[in-house]
Amino acid sequence: MNELLQLYQQMIIDHGKCPRNFGELENPTHKQKGFNPLCGDQLEIFLIIDDNDVIQDVKFTGEGCAISMASASMLTELVKGKHIDKANGLVEDFNAMLVTQDVSDEAMERLGKASVLEGVKEYPSRIKCATLSWHALKNACAGEGEATTE
Amino acid sequence: MSQNKSLNIENIRKDFKYLANEKQVIYLDNASTTQKPDVVLNALSDFYRYSNANVHRGAYHLSEVATAKYEQARQVAANFIHAQSSDEIVFVRGCTEAINLVASSFGQQLDAGDEVIISAMEHHANIVPWQMLSKVKGIKIRVINLTESGELDLIHYKSLLNKHTKLVSIAHISNVLGTINDVGLMIEWAHEVGAKFLIDAAQSPAHIQVDVQALDCDFLTFSAHKHYGPTGIGILYGKHSLLERMVPYQTGGSMITSVTYESSEFMSPPHKFEAGTPAYAEAYGMSQALLYLNELGINNIKEAEDDLMAYTLEKFKQRDDLILYGPKNNRIGVFSFLVKGVHAHDVATILDSHGVAIRAGHHCAMPLMHTLSVPALVRASLGVYNTKLEIDHLFDGLNTVKKIFSNE
Repeated sequence: MNELLQLYQQMIIDHGKCPRNFGELENPTHKQKGFNPLCGDQLEIFLIIDDNDVIQDVKFTGEGCAISMASASMLTELVKGKHIDKANGLVEDFNAMLVTQDVSDEAMERLGKASVLEGVKEYPSRIKCATLSWHALKNACAGEGEATTE
Repeated sequence: MSQNKSLNIENIRKDFKYLANEKQVIYLDNASTTQKPDVVLNALSDFYRYSNANVHRGAYHLSEVATAKYEQARQVAANFIHAQSSDEIVFVRGCTEAINLVASSFGQQLDAGDEVIISAMEHHANIVPWQMLSKVKGIKIRVINLTESGELDLIHYKSLLNKHTKLVSIAHISNVLGTINDVGLMIEWAHEVGAKFLIDAAQSPAHIQVDVQALDCDFLTFSAHKHYGPTGIGILYGKHSLLERMVPYQTGGSMITSVTYESSEFMSPPHKFEAGTPAYAEAYGMSQALLYLNELGINNIKEAEDDLMAYTLEKFKQRDDLILYGPKNNRIGVFSFLVKGVHAHDVATILDSHGVAIRAGHHCAMPLMHTLSVPALVRASLGVYNTKLEIDHLFDGLNTVKKIFSNE
């Protein structure tokens, strides 16, 4: 039950129910779809990246579980105004927290609010829900194709 | 066990080691696969321990023993579905392979413009093989609509049938909605226009009687693992006259009578369709599962499961935070539902922490999810060993879901 409450803590439920930066951007310079075929979660991330490679604005749409929505919501809050190199570094930090699970204290600090998603690592079948939007962001910045969790 | 007495569920539970362990989760994912009784597990291990030799090959006693058990298993399967002859039973890996076999082999008799009818409640296994066939042969796929209550729209079905319809391929029971389709009537109508009828009985044998002669279906398939048998084995039933006219599916050893570099002669059905070393131990394991079901009595099972289903439906009725899909009647204990405002996967994780295993997702029926306008559903599905206490526990877990997500 403690692990469960760690997973579904209030901030995650809140971001899951009322995701920040939810919606489409009108003139995105970059956009990217993400799809998790296992659970049907799908989202699309929209970015305006300026000439200096700084993310001026970011929004997302989609539907999915509380974990995937909260994660995308926190991601957008975190990367807005950051250089894409920094954003990519944060994606690596996030992967270190949930996928390779060898995250440093500094990385956890850099992740800020998104570090509350650490509890997801106790639920292997849900890790992909949390990482979906982060994959999509990385691919969007690199101009690659649709992100999937597979 | 007598056929006309209700089942003693507590005794049945003793047949399943999994259920004896109190630390195990409550298993309510039986539409996906069931737990296995000792009689099946022992049959498998005994076969490998004491009877293992390749079948239909060796001129030695051990191979004859193995072959006899393999062919007995075919007869048990034939008896179970009331087939005329065991020659109408082809062993396959499961329903998916069976439907691929029919699409690939019977499908060769179809031409561009011919039509295959499926329905809006099919599993991907009864959609994708026909799509592949349509790409090769130019056949058309027609899809029967659902009614609001989650049953097949038979008026729509009738309107789809025409002289171009060559095959109707329909789930006996929906793996999502639990609907028992009136395949008897549908088969009559299909035969009136000269179409053949395949029943995807993946969800049937553990829950309701299957009688291929009474139904007069042309093909029927089920997998063993959904009715207390092993994985990797199932059957395709086909009327013998049809199987005879069909080309082999896979080719190689076991299915030939003679081979030269230029050409080969094939065995008669069913062996024509069983290339390579078959899953003979699993086939024997499946036969023991079917005999186990016979011993319990399918009518007794239905009675017990109907009772538990009614209890569960009543629980759903009392909850306004849950949306249950599927019909009220003519159904089995498969409950696909949503918790209002909570994604199916969050429900599954919380229930898992609560010690209840259910499935969440699209249930290999993405087009149906689209029809229902839901990204995913939670599904609880009953087996013969489930109890009212376990259902109570499921609903306790759903209370926890509500608590966590209600910002209390």
